[in-house]
Amino acid sequence: MSDTITKSEPASGRLTSAARGGRPRRRKLTFDRVTFFLAFLGIPLAVFIIFVLYPFIQAIYWAMTDWRGYSPDYNFVGLDNFTKMLEDDVFLKALRNVALLAAVVPLVTLTLALGVAVAITLGGPSKGPVRGIRGASFYRIVSFFPYVVPAIIVGLIWAQMYDPNAGLLNGMLNKLGLDFEAFAWLGEKTTAMPALMFVFVWGLVGFYAVLFIAAIKGVPGELYEAAKIDGAGRFRTTISITLPAIRDSVQTAYIYLGIAALDAFVFVQALLPNGGPDNSTLTISQHLFTTAFRKGQFGYATAMGVVLAVVTLVFAALVFTVNRLTGGGEEKSNARGFKARRAAVKGGAQ
Amino acid sequence: MSATAADPSLVADRKLVKRTNSSDRRFAAISHTLLSIWAVIVIVPMLWVLMSSFKSTGEILSSPFSLPTEWKFENYANAWSDASIGRYFLNSVVVVVSALFLVMLLGAMCAYILARFQFPGRRLIYYTMLAGLTFPVFLAIVPLFFQLQNFGLLNTRLGLILTYVAFALPFTMFFLYSFFRSLPHEVYEAALIDGAGDWRAFFQVMLPMASPGMAAVAIFNFLGLWNQFLLPVALNTDQDNWVLTQGMAAYAASQVYDIDYGALFAAIVVTVAPVLVVYAVFQRRIAGSVSQGTFR
Repeated sequence: MSDTITKSEPASGRLTSAARGGRPRRRKLTFDRVTFFLAFLGIPLAVFIIFVLYPFIQAIYWAMTDWRGYSPDYNFVGLDNFTKMLEDDVFLKALRNVALLAAVVPLVTLTLALGVAVAITLGGPSKGPVRGIRGASFYRIVSFFPYVVPAIIVGLIWAQMYDPNAGLLNGMLNKLGLDFEAFAWLGEKTTAMPALMFVFVWGLVGFYAVLFIAAIKGVPGELYEAAKIDGAGRFRTTISITLPAIRDSVQTAYIYLGIAALDAFVFVQALLPNGGPDNSTLTISQHLFTTAFRKGQFGYATAMGVVLAVVTLVFAALVFTVNRLTGGGEEKSNARGFKARRAAVKGGAQ
Repeated sequence: MSATAADPSLVADRKLVKRTNSSDRRFAAISHTLLSIWAVIVIVPMLWVLMSSFKSTGEILSSPFSLPTEWKFENYANAWSDASIGRYFLNSVVVVVSALFLVMLLGAMCAYILARFQFPGRRLIYYTMLAGLTFPVFLAIVPLFFQLQNFGLLNTRLGLILTYVAFALPFTMFFLYSFFRSLPHEVYEAALIDGAGDWRAFFQVMLPMASPGMAAVAIFNFLGLWNQFLLPVALNTDQDNWVLTQGMAAYAASQVYDIDYGALFAAIVVTVAPVLVVYAVFQRRIAGSVSQGTFR
């Protein structure tokens, strides 16, 4: 297995090496070859262009119209939809809500996931080779569990957990002697958002923990031996060895999670389908969905989609910049060394 | 550690060992405690759902912790008939299995061409697909709705299948791209020398060689498509064609007055069971391929 494609590597380099690895050569065009190319490239591309690419391009145009859908006529309104958005209190509230989600959810989830991953992979006794904690695979399997449950079901399960009367949460709190009789976790402005965030964390920690476990296993063991000889404690090792070594994984995970939070739809739809008390948990995607499919303002709704896409790109750029500023990406040669070794390890395991 | 073999340093060494041992133990204890707490937080809601699916509504409200006094299997029968779980389940199976088959085939074909042949526009196609992976689905959802309407595919299972295929295609392509690229060239050459054309070389030689990669992507695609919610909710509003996630959301939303909690929980269990089985069977493989699959 030569190497796994990793996000941080400049993609151009990847392609040229692909060309080298694939060792392409020109052959004369036979009937067989022409049909082969047409079918193998043509069909997938057609599906992709019709159902993914073309709608994306259309969206950018429609965002500048006042189209209301079922009637064929519409006017080109330029950037009116975007200025309208600035005065749309509900939209601004939704924007604030998803910004809050994107600020909190990735940080909490990844901190927990890293903690779980470190304990599982490096938590064993410090004497001898680096080892994981006892029962590591049990914890790994269990924490991955929520990820395989459909997101809508995760939402529904927690909607029941939070239920004021039948929910387990209030049941437990009441058993402990606290008075939470019929307390509506999702109905109060102060608790709705934190309750929602908790569901995100619950559903996603396991997946990222498994991801980090794989990344940590790719870190060469000598690094840990060296740190141990230098007298570094566990906390120090985590901060100074593990975290820099899996920096790329953390960056990708941060972007993935940020996007998940900005686009939040399924969890919110299951828990708080109407935007929560006083719209305190309304997300852009929910607002977009209602604007388009309930109110029929398709032009305005696609404009929201454009804003959402821009916000997503800005978030990704922000994460990249922070990573770059704190010293990631600088040590290219170093990082590549890790990758090569990681690939070697993986290849050996397969 | 100093290498001089003097007595004092030996003593210090032994002390150090003892200290690390006790710190080891403390660390292990803390880790186990925290990990166990997390495991409990993960498991308890699921167990509660499973247990409650056998209880009557009254019992769920009055004693949330106890085992059911009598096991009410009729909750499952009620869920099956009231929530039409059976029909939605069948729709989900049809849609997901067809989409999975198509996306694996098309994705492998596309990845194979991009990874192993040099032609003008290759790079453009590669990056266009990358862009398709980056943009949020929400940007495309409204135009997609009318695109399907124009083709007469709105609210049909075929329309949903094609959409699933299109949106799972970039991920599938990128994963398999690296896989095809790593396959040895010699085998391909040998196949050509033996007289196989491009078609046979792909289906009889290259594709079987890529089957570990195919299996990993297929598992991820299965989980992703089975759990898909946004696309069906927007593009498949005909109740006869609803998939399971959609049906569940609607069933839960309809349970506002006079809630049959037991049946709701039973419906949840029925929805989750297939994915848990897939996970249990392929658990090791999933854990191994997570890093390769998501870190492009």
